[in-house]
Amino acid sequence: MTKIVVDGTEVDVPAEYTLLQACEAAGAEIPRFCFHERLSIAGNCRMCLVELKGAPKPVASCAYAVKDCRPGPNGEPPEVLTRSGQTKKAREGVMEFLLINHPLDCPICDQGGHCDLQDQAMAYGVDSTRYGENKRAVEEKYIGPLVRTAMNRCIHCTRCVRFLAEVAGVPDLGAIGRGEDMEITSYLESAMGSELQGNVADLCPVGALVHKPQSYEVRPWELSKTESVDVMDAVGCAIRVDARGREVMQIEPRVHEGINEEWISDKTRHAVDGLRTQRLDRPYLRENGRLRPASWGEAFAAIAAKVKGTDPKRIGAVVGDLAGVEEIYALKALMTSLGVTNLDCRQAGEAIDPAWGRAAYTLGTSIDGIEEADAILLVGTNPRLEASLLNVRIRKRWRMGPLAVGLIGEAVDLTYPHTYLGAGPETLADLASGQHSFGEALKAANRPLIIVGTGALARPDGAAILAAASKLAKDIGAVMPEWSGFGVLQTAAARVGALDLGFVPAEGGLDFAGMTQAGALDVVFSLGADEVEIGPGAFVVYQGTHGDRGATRADVVLPGAAYTEKSATYVNLEGRVQTTNRAGFPPGDAREDWAILRALSDVLGKRLPFDSLSALRRALYAEHPHFAALDAIAPSDAVTTLETLSGLGGEPTRTGFVAAVPDFYLSNAIARASRVLAECSSLARVRGLEAAE
Amino acid sequence: MANRRLAPASEQPAAFAFSSENADWAKGQIEKYPEGRQASAVIPLLWKAQEQNGGWLPQKAIEAVADELGMPHIRVLEVATFYTMFALEPVGKFWIQLCGTVPCDSCGARGLKDYLHHRLGAPGHVSADGNFSWLEVECLGACCNAPMAQINQDYYEDLTPDLLGKLMDDLAAGRPVKIGSQVGRTSSEPLGGADTLTDATLFDGSRVGAWRKRFEQKDEENEAGKAEAASSEQRAASDPKPARPDAGRAVGTSATDAPAQRAAAGETPVKAGDKVDAADRTESTAQPNKSAPAAPETIAKAEAAGAEAGTQSALPRNEPPPQPVNSGASADAPAPASAPHPSDPKKGN
Amino acid sequence: MLADQDRIFTNLYGLHSPGLDAAKQRGAWDGTKFLLEMGRDWIIDEMKQSGLRGRGGAGFPTGLKWSFMPKKSDGRPHYLVVNADESEPGTCKDREIMRHDPHLLIEGCMLASFAMAAHACYIYIRGEYVAEKHALQRAVDEAYAARLVGKDNVHGYPFDIYVHHGAGAYICGEETALLESLEGKKGMPRLKPPFPANMGLYGCPTTVNNVESIAVAGTILRRGGAWFAGLGGKNNTGTKLFCVSGHVNKPCNVEEELGITFRELVDKHCGGMRGGWDNLLCSIPGGSSVPLVPAEQIIDAKMDFDTLKNLGSGLGTAAVIVLDRSTDIVSAIARIAYFYKHESCGQCTPCREGTGWMWRVMLRMAEGRAQRREIDMLLDVTKQIEGHTICALGDAAAWPIQGLIRHFRPEIEKRIDRYSANPHSDPVPMAAE
Repeated sequence: MTKIVVDGTEVDVPAEYTLLQACEAAGAEIPRFCFHERLSIAGNCRMCLVELKGAPKPVASCAYAVKDCRPGPNGEPPEVLTRSGQTKKAREGVMEFLLINHPLDCPICDQGGHCDLQDQAMAYGVDSTRYGENKRAVEEKYIGPLVRTAMNRCIHCTRCVRFLAEVAGVPDLGAIGRGEDMEITSYLESAMGSELQGNVADLCPVGALVHKPQSYEVRPWELSKTESVDVMDAVGCAIRVDARGREVMQIEPRVHEGINEEWISDKTRHAVDGLRTQRLDRPYLRENGRLRPASWGEAFAAIAAKVKGTDPKRIGAVVGDLAGVEEIYALKALMTSLGVTNLDCRQAGEAIDPAWGRAAYTLGTSIDGIEEADAILLVGTNPRLEASLLNVRIRKRWRMGPLAVGLIGEAVDLTYPHTYLGAGPETLADLASGQHSFGEALKAANRPLIIVGTGALARPDGAAILAAASKLAKDIGAVMPEWSGFGVLQTAAARVGALDLGFVPAEGGLDFAGMTQAGALDVVFSLGADEVEIGPGAFVVYQGTHGDRGATRADVVLPGAAYTEKSATYVNLEGRVQTTNRAGFPPGDAREDWAILRALSDVLGKRLPFDSLSALRRALYAEHPHFAALDAIAPSDAVTTLETLSGLGGEPTRTGFVAAVPDFYLSNAIARASRVLAECSSLARVRGLEAAE
Repeated sequence: MANRRLAPASEQPAAFAFSSENADWAKGQIEKYPEGRQASAVIPLLWKAQEQNGGWLPQKAIEAVADELGMPHIRVLEVATFYTMFALEPVGKFWIQLCGTVPCDSCGARGLKDYLHHRLGAPGHVSADGNFSWLEVECLGACCNAPMAQINQDYYEDLTPDLLGKLMDDLAAGRPVKIGSQVGRTSSEPLGGADTLTDATLFDGSRVGAWRKRFEQKDEENEAGKAEAASSEQRAASDPKPARPDAGRAVGTSATDAPAQRAAAGETPVKAGDKVDAADRTESTAQPNKSAPAAPETIAKAEAAGAEAGTQSALPRNEPPPQPVNSGASADAPAPASAPHPSDPKKGN
Repeated sequence: MLADQDRIFTNLYGLHSPGLDAAKQRGAWDGTKFLLEMGRDWIIDEMKQSGLRGRGGAGFPTGLKWSFMPKKSDGRPHYLVVNADESEPGTCKDREIMRHDPHLLIEGCMLASFAMAAHACYIYIRGEYVAEKHALQRAVDEAYAARLVGKDNVHGYPFDIYVHHGAGAYICGEETALLESLEGKKGMPRLKPPFPANMGLYGCPTTVNNVESIAVAGTILRRGGAWFAGLGGKNNTGTKLFCVSGHVNKPCNVEEELGITFRELVDKHCGGMRGGWDNLLCSIPGGSSVPLVPAEQIIDAKMDFDTLKNLGSGLGTAAVIVLDRSTDIVSAIARIAYFYKHESCGQCTPCREGTGWMWRVMLRMAEGRAQRREIDMLLDVTKQIEGHTICALGDAAAWPIQGLIRHFRPEIEKRIDRYSANPHSDPVPMAAE
């Protein structure tokens, strides 16, 4: 720790702190544009200049380390002045320069109201301009469907360039030209290729880069902001849902150091318009082969009529990818009371059994725990598409220091260098038998991490592959009491919660594939299962939000609430329990899902024992106490689980692994309803074709 | 500087690939830099691509260089637009870059500029016959020979509008022209010859080794060294024009063929051979930009020069010297080229 | 006048062969092995003793700079990078060294690299110097062929030397921008600290030196630091290449002692002032980035670091631009302002936005199309740039204008008054209030 005096206040800070950090520790606010905590230091905006006693000129506090300050002549601690005349003059000067070529278009600028330049000009600028020349005009650039540019406003802080190069790992933006003609652009105005590109608009301190889909639509002060959790993948990014009236207008990231830091993927952000289109806003009933609008009473009556005459063994229930814990719990309770044993949530058919222990279907380590790993093996997964923010964390780890990453599966661009080991299970066997040099790297690592994707498990030999991978994990000592370096990368937000609830076939029950067989069952209750077609023959009750594949197949449609319209619990791929919050109401007659099931249970004569969400949660927590601990990861016995898994046995085939998420932008019903994501998807397909050429 | 943009698509060639000769040259350039640092070669490669493409840099060349060096296209575009010597649009067969910065400006560059405006029109446009295009550029670093212009790769100095006009006529007609000063100076000596550097002993080898005297007398070494330092300091302090300490002076002057003597004898002070050697490019290489095979010619000339100096090189002249695989002979100094750089913080880029 | 015997660059004008044999005759590569055997510390001491100050503009003591390199390698290689990106307007001295006396430079590279435990040296030559690049490469090839340098050379110190060239960017003369450029990026100066001696080329300890600073090393070591220190004055020792351009009768490069007076420099070597001494208006004595010095102050001033600093200017690269009374000084400085606007890398705000602003105001002032109060505003803008940027280009852009206003304010005012006294169709722009 080093002493430093800031405006007369002495503080004790670590020597490697920058002056900016030291000033903040001392409670002095430093204006900045180019500096961002999570990006490299550019030091180019010069807004953070402060006077350092003894230095010939003001220094950029974002870049100057406390340890580089010289002590005074008698060994006094160095002194920083953030309110001196010199500092003030420097700030005013820089602000004036930033503004001379910045257009006065604040009234029509989307950044208005949350603009750093506006705020700081108020705080640190002067009231009038001395600049009489014409302002610079800069051509707009096309940089993709998600970010609109207004390059006149650019202040060349290069945050966007640094974000894409450093965090996203897809360096699509750059600054061409030089001097006052420097311009931020992509290569010949091609669309950015990163799945995290929306973040550049968040980072932009001015209105040069704004979100294109909602541009000219919203103003920050007219939005009600609700903190929530994303369900587009199993990462569970922290988000803020901004609604105007009933309508969700935009989704922005929230800071969660353990999960997404402060980034979100484009799918998370831009699924918003999917919440408005294709919505199921009233119950439907199939009559003469066609779905017709119906009342809740009619719909329930039709279900009751069908269920009453059916043997519970011919009834099944499946859960899709977006369901919250509460409704799964209610569904399970209802089905159990009916005596139904055909239950399953493993929509992709992955070989996972909650009986093996929680460690068999969670990540093992936490997401921020990845920063401690020193060798990573990815088996049958492409984390960039299956869990973008987890991939960001691996990249961050790689940037921190040497990291060996091996990949078995489809050869893809992970955004960081990795060793491509092979396509399928036989490579895993080679690794285990020591025939592959990457095995040495894994063995040598202190904290190796093996991540198995659902693409490797959702196949007939999934259990054998899981067994082989866990055997390898055991051999290299990946799981220790203090480090759990073996896990499964889930892709669906609902999955871990459903598995925690044990929503899998009871004794003698059929699994997902069994239930969807033609003629296997007479009644199938589907809670938002849109990815798998249920075979002909069964009477399908579909409860969900969108007119997607599930609703098309259904005989009765019950309109539910999307994740922004209800308070629901989700457990992410780490096993972390989080809840969404209601930012708006479901459209039309749609209702919250648990309440639909509660009402249905009444009609079926099996009334569920809760009348409110809190009563439901009380019951849930009594049965599964770990759901009560929000934002916590319940510990699991990884050592025992690994023992169990490695004993599963079985012989893997030689088929190569395939992606669990074939199209990143269209992986669920909400995303498929989004026009914005559809455009992203088609652009990505074109890019893929070009790359293949 | 206006915004520098790539040439419109109609001007762009459909493809670009290095000629096999240039591809080899590029490999040699890349080898100059440590492993993993091949991006260092981006400027030389772009430069070569521009040369091959008739003096300007097309989009496909930027992409080819990026792919060759494993760099994102945007990074190479940044470089190509940052450095002003990369011409992004077609240029004339003779590309005139007129220096307009203060030393040239004060010595008549404005007259040249007016002349070029008059003869060729606005800068940046290729003349109708395709021969010329011009641009005012910033200081080219030949200020003692102002005003000057660079035409393709060669400097033409001490210009006047008339001299420039004649030069352009000669170039256009394919007549040989003289590179460098157009008023008869060898380089940056005062017009009419210098009155410095006339001491014959500087050039006849007689001073070689004379300085060793300083180290030779072991016993006197310290004394002498101190005395010398002291006396020179003293002189420096007392005498505004200090006398020169004579350490390192040649003692005997047994010159037989020194410029000064030749001058005294009424001959030209510089030996003919030396002159050839010194300025071995008296003929312009301002070849039309299109033709790349200037290289062998240069090599031949260089080798001729080398042969004259008696040091025929075994290495091809235009090739870089071979990269050391491991040149760390002393134990404490590891190889500069292949050692890892553990503390490089910019790995993420 | 400096005696020919004490001149280091004996082939400055290229009257003799630049080839290896001729260079050896002139004393290059003479006893290099002997000097190397004297050891690292001896070399650095001798350089410190010589009082040599960097010849690239800043005037930082060269020996001291060499001593900043880590004594022991921590596993990273060390590099010497020679700054041959000679772009300061007025400066054309390194060009002559590279095409006429390249072996002095190459030998200096070897000695300096040895002193700093570097086994590789890159010479970054500006892209426009095509002929010079070829000349230097030819000399390097000769040195390789004669095994003077290379992995296995006659000196027993493995050493490789590479010629690298730029492509037209003044800013690459700034040492960290040069390193960025050498790494294949845009030449944008880096933040300091860390300094190159700690983290330079490829993140390794690096020293960047000017061509002239390196090329004089061999002769200094041979003849002794004391010899060099005996030339010039205290704290301003040795000889220096002066590039005299502008309105003298015979502009030229010449090697002279530091501390020679301006009058002697022009009279002895440049054939005198054009139109006599009364015709001298002012001089920019150290390349375009230093403030000008008016005639009466410069005429008998000693040309050295400290004297010129005390005159509010600087020796810079010793590129002496002489301007006579025919010069339109306001538009000359406006032309310099344009140069800095053109060469600003665009990285930091004050320089990116300020250089263009200054140039536009200067352009108007050259015509007189301005207001008197804008002179103070312009001065204030230069102060807002100066010292607020990452590298010194912001300072360099500000100083010439400050110098102009300091010494020629009445001239600007006269012009403004003359303009406003006459009717014009376009109005004088007023800042929006």
